[in-house]
Amino acid sequence: MGNIFSSMFGKLWGVNKEIRILILGLDGAGKTTILYKLQLGEVVKTKPTIGFNVETLQYKNIAINMWDLGGQTSIRPYWRCYYANTAAVIFVVDSTDRDRLETARKELHMMLKEDELVDAALLVFANKQDQPGALTAAEVSKALGLVELKDRSWSIVASSAIKGEGLTEGLDWLIDVIKEEQM
Amino acid sequence: MSTHTYKKNEDGDSSILPDKMTVYQECLQACNASPIQAKKCRKLLSRLLRLFYAGETFPTVESTNLFFSISKLFHNDDPALRQIAYLSIKELCSVSNDILMITASIMKDIQSGDAVYKPDAVRTLSRVLDGSTIHAAERLFKNCIVDSNQSISSAALVSSYHLLPVAKDVVKRWSNEVQESITANKTFPSSSYTKHEFNGYSKAPNTTYIHQYHALALIYQFRNSDKMSLIKMIQQLTERKTLTNSLAQVQMIRFVEKLILDDSNFVNSLWPLFVNWLNNKSDMVELEAAKLILNNSSKFNAEQQMHAITTLQSLLGVPRTVTRFAAVRILNKVAIKDAEMVGVCNLELERLISDQSRSISTYAITTLLKTGNAESVDRLVTAISNFMDEISDEFKIIVIDAIRTLSLKFPAKYKSMLTFLDDVLRDEGGFNFKNSIIEAIFDIIKFIPESKEIALEMLCEFIEDCEYTELSVRILHLLGNEGPKATNPSTYVRYIYNRVVLENSIVRSSAVIALSKFALIDDKEMNNSIKILLKRSLQDVDDEVRDRAVLSLKLLESKDLAEAKSYLSPQFKYSLPILEQELTKYVKNPDKASFKSSFNIDSIPKMSEEEYMAVQYKEKLIGAINDDLTDSKSDNKGTDSSSNEDVKELDNISDITKYTLLQQQYQNELSALPEIGEYGALLHSSASVELTEKETEFVVSAIKHVFEKHIVIEYSIENTLEDILLENVNVVSTIDSEEYTEEFTLPIEKLSPLSKGKVYSSFIRPEDDSEKYLLTTFNNTLAYISKDADAEDDEEGFPDEYQIEDLSLTPGDFVIPSYISNFTNVWDELSNEESAVYNLGDEDSIDLQQVVSKLIVTMSMMPIEGTEVVISGKNHSLKLFGKSISGGKLAAIVKFASSSKGVMMKNVVKGEEPELVELVANYLE
Repeated sequence: MGNIFSSMFGKLWGVNKEIRILILGLDGAGKTTILYKLQLGEVVKTKPTIGFNVETLQYKNIAINMWDLGGQTSIRPYWRCYYANTAAVIFVVDSTDRDRLETARKELHMMLKEDELVDAALLVFANKQDQPGALTAAEVSKALGLVELKDRSWSIVASSAIKGEGLTEGLDWLIDVIKEEQM
Repeated sequence: MSTHTYKKNEDGDSSILPDKMTVYQECLQACNASPIQAKKCRKLLSRLLRLFYAGETFPTVESTNLFFSISKLFHNDDPALRQIAYLSIKELCSVSNDILMITASIMKDIQSGDAVYKPDAVRTLSRVLDGSTIHAAERLFKNCIVDSNQSISSAALVSSYHLLPVAKDVVKRWSNEVQESITANKTFPSSSYTKHEFNGYSKAPNTTYIHQYHALALIYQFRNSDKMSLIKMIQQLTERKTLTNSLAQVQMIRFVEKLILDDSNFVNSLWPLFVNWLNNKSDMVELEAAKLILNNSSKFNAEQQMHAITTLQSLLGVPRTVTRFAAVRILNKVAIKDAEMVGVCNLELERLISDQSRSISTYAITTLLKTGNAESVDRLVTAISNFMDEISDEFKIIVIDAIRTLSLKFPAKYKSMLTFLDDVLRDEGGFNFKNSIIEAIFDIIKFIPESKEIALEMLCEFIEDCEYTELSVRILHLLGNEGPKATNPSTYVRYIYNRVVLENSIVRSSAVIALSKFALIDDKEMNNSIKILLKRSLQDVDDEVRDRAVLSLKLLESKDLAEAKSYLSPQFKYSLPILEQELTKYVKNPDKASFKSSFNIDSIPKMSEEEYMAVQYKEKLIGAINDDLTDSKSDNKGTDSSSNEDVKELDNISDITKYTLLQQQYQNELSALPEIGEYGALLHSSASVELTEKETEFVVSAIKHVFEKHIVIEYSIENTLEDILLENVNVVSTIDSEEYTEEFTLPIEKLSPLSKGKVYSSFIRPEDDSEKYLLTTFNNTLAYISKDADAEDDEEGFPDEYQIEDLSLTPGDFVIPSYISNFTNVWDELSNEESAVYNLGDEDSIDLQQVVSKLIVTMSMMPIEGTEVVISGKNHSLKLFGKSISGGKLAAIVKFASSSKGVMMKNVVKGEEPELVELVANYLE
């Protein structure tokens, strides 16, 4: 019974919709840490993800299925298996890892070319701001060539998953965009 | 299940199996939908599973698609959906690509998921992991193995077992946890799932201890290479009676069996365990222990075997049908070997004749037939006739076989036996049943000559109305062979000619041949009438029948009756297995030129009718026992050289054929080597001798091949190390006597880890004729250059040596086992007698059967008259026959007798060559 009511109310307020968000990025960027910081509010000890983690979190009356896909070279080819029906992509970058920014840029642009992601919004976390020597959001944005992106809502936010800084700001922006464009 | 109901089920299944492509599409759709409808997905996945379980598979691309779609269900938390998703993934793992994508999600479930689907997750994980990802899951597995929930622990243990081939060394690191789990008390959690809708908590026990069974199997895998730690484990687990699960105990008994087969010294130290097992509260355990003891009767003394029999005796009276069946089945098998021992159960067995289960009563009857004596035979046969109608064909065949052995055992009773067989022959029955009756009658005719006329008449009546062509043909053949020798041959001619008139072409053609055999007897009138009959067949519609008639007439009208005889009823038979082997070799020869010369039939050994019959009789009487013996023998020799495996396949044919086939194989192998090829014909090859223990780094065994002027020793060397590569492997031999000179050795260039190779050493035999049987000993050392298996090619290894046991040249190496049918006559004719007496020691410590089997191998002679089977256990007389490599006859009688001083063995040898006789008599290992 409860289910029927909640789904009826859900339909009335238009908030029932489940949305899918992918968290992508190179290995060691902090994707899994961000996922569990958002879901549990705490920093968990993580191991390199072989495969994916998926969690559902309630955020502002919306059920979000967060898919955190492993970033190792061997796993990246399978990202595409999970692109369908994706509302947004969160791309996480390790701001201290200057050497691999170019790799990150290539992966990002390759991913955005996919048909299934044409409508997806993009949020970039310039992560690990708590570390000394981290690049600023603007610098990361430049290195990733975000300005080249046309026909897509995107934003870049400086973040620190460990301290929890920047995550909610970024997510707020993302939800607003999704509500505006896709609901 | 009868074929009828089986078919019905099959049809029912296939007709409602869901369509593959529909299920595929629907599954993809439902799994990719948002939000996920758990119930719908569950339904679809169960359809998918039905397809898998019916044996359907999807191609790799489709199954990978399915795999990724199902992986998307992981963000739904419905436990039932998760369970079925795991089941599906487990099936998909074998064909899909990139299954490692699911690893992290499964591991999370195992860490923090619901206990309901945890076991499924563990099992699925074991399919997903490979050598590189297993390290990430080690902690998880250890935790699950020691989990107090029995289902989880069992799942983890079984999964670890399946991971052994993936990464044995990793799984081995969990042995402490496995060890712990075997003794720990585990239960099923009392969750809502064990609660029954109406009755509250169900009556199901809260533990079954099945995890002990799983843990035991796993521990065994860790330790089976190390005998000592295995023994320690057995003692630990049995002393404190830790094992409560019956399956685990049964498994334990099987492990013990392997140990005992390897080394019978364990029997005495482990015997207290058997006493416990034989008085266990579980039937299963008691049966398994009794079976072990009775199957390996040579390793246990009479008292111990009796203990097992008593246990079985009490099991014959339990209300559980399966137990009764198992017990009577074991007893039946024992009765073949040792009817006397089973005799104590006769009372219980007679009661079982009226058992509700026909299977049990059949076994009871056949057992009684074996244990019965001449007086009780008639009574039993009547009892059987009463119940023959009630049992199925398969069981009838078992009964008929028992009757057959019985008639050979008590030839005087042939009349009542034949009456019985004649009665059942008239009954309705399938081909196999009728065939076994015919076989039985054939055997009686062959081996009990007095019965011939009555039996032949019975067969004649039978073919008047026989629906099976094959049986008619066999009977006609027999009539053709035996009829002419009977007192009144003309009676049979009428029966046979009836066939020519009435039957199909196959029967007609064999009848024609049978008829023509009657023309060979010395009776003018008969000859003429047969010729007239044969001429009528010249008009037959079938060409085979006409051909045979023409051939027979032609031969009969020729002047030379002897030649006609040699074609129409030949005096010898070819050894069929060898003929088959030679023909295949001829046909498969890659060299086209070899077809220019026709196949040489003379190369096939011939047996005279008499020899053939003697061999057959022997096989029939003790066939069952032989099977048993070779069974256990081949178990023991599992690790021997490959040639032995070939022999194993030939278990069903006689010893002599086996020997010839093996010699032929050696000859082929050796002549392929250019150095040895020119030595001429191989005179004799010994059995394989082990020069090391089976568990050592290098396992070496040797076979001695004797040629006219040379002796070639073939060393089979197995490198059992995983990481060491051997190069230039050779065997360095020093010889005791100077008369033998080493000619050359053929080393192995490279022996990779875990592989086998052969080294050949050739020696020249003494030239002096008086020293041709000179015995000597070879002191052997294995020499090689050892290297790391993963070392670079140009890296130099270091030379090393490995001590192996000495190899002796024994008198048996000059003796070829061969068969004769009239041992006693030959024995009396031979001169040059030589004898020796040995004391084998205390009666209890001696296993006569083992001594006898060993003697047969070392003396390299053929046991005659079935004397290789020790029956009484205390006194025995073994008769052996063989020929020396130069062809001289050699016979031996070895007598065993137990006295107060111990078991005495007297070895009497007679033969044509005095020097060999002396050697054989005085040589004992």
